[in-house]
Amino acid sequence: MALQYKVLDCNAAPCYASFMAHRQPLASDSRVPVALDDRARDNLRFIRETMERAGSFTAVPGWGGVAIGITALGAAVIASFQDSSFAWLGTWITEAAVAIAIASWTTFTKARASGASLFSGPGRRFVYSFAPPIFVGALLTVLLVRAGLIGTIAGMWLLLYGTAVVTGGAFSIRIVPLMGLCFMVLGAVALFSPASWSNALLAVGFGGFHIVFGGVIARNYGG
Amino acid sequence: MVAKSNAIRAEVEEKVKRSGVPARSEGPATNLDRLIHERTRLAIISALAVNNSLTFSELKKLLGASDGNLSVHARKLEDAGYIACTKSFANRLPKTEYRLTPSGRHALEKYLDHMEALIRATRER
Repeated sequence: MALQYKVLDCNAAPCYASFMAHRQPLASDSRVPVALDDRARDNLRFIRETMERAGSFTAVPGWGGVAIGITALGAAVIASFQDSSFAWLGTWITEAAVAIAIASWTTFTKARASGASLFSGPGRRFVYSFAPPIFVGALLTVLLVRAGLIGTIAGMWLLLYGTAVVTGGAFSIRIVPLMGLCFMVLGAVALFSPASWSNALLAVGFGGFHIVFGGVIARNYGG
Repeated sequence: MVAKSNAIRAEVEEKVKRSGVPARSEGPATNLDRLIHERTRLAIISALAVNNSLTFSELKKLLGASDGNLSVHARKLEDAGYIACTKSFANRLPKTEYRLTPSGRHALEKYLDHMEALIRATRER
């Protein structure tokens, strides 16, 4: 992170000294020290561009995914005992809040451990493409509850979460968009299955997929 | 004109020296780490600085370098202890993986400091 800051901080507008206008012909340029700072700037730009091109967002937390999967399975069990649909909804929304907390914390610690920046380059692109589908999902949840279509919520959640993971994962390791795709397929299935399957499908998606893919990421991509 | 250039050069050199960048016996243009100053090697180090590890083919694609070119430069960095190379097999295909070593990271930091010092030195004039 420190490295990137160093590189990124150095793109201040070049301030050319007045004598820059009277440069000598190219042949003797290498002898003139003034050209040095130009070259230094150019070198820093080169390093920055290479880092941006090379950086993929690898701070996707594997163990965090496993933890989220386990809490999701717990939520599915609790939700299955709820009588009212609002209590069911409340259980899953609470689980979503817990999952966001776990994901934020584990992403932050993994990024810090590997020295990657969360808020520049790949990390920012990940957030920008991950957030919109999640926002739409939250909005549609309100809408579907008001329309009394609670049975369709599970499919919509899985589908939009999958979309977020696929688009966000485009800037990450290849297994991430694959997980998103699995969520989307499950969401599509959920949309056309009876409402009574909701809980089980959410358990398979948010529980099962997170544990399986989280485990693979943790084992192969450092935590 | 030449005398003026030399005067400026000496001044820059002095400022670079004062800013804490260790100087070798040569002038300001040459006292930097030649090993990572070269573009391909600088790109390898920079790319590895933001990745835990990169395979040979990933690096090749990223840098647009040829097999021979990349392996020569990677070998030089490896010999200097700036990067570490591990060879293994994935699906029976040989897989070469590169990582930045702590000393490589330190060398890049020093190089960045040096570039910053150069820019500061000329800007302060």
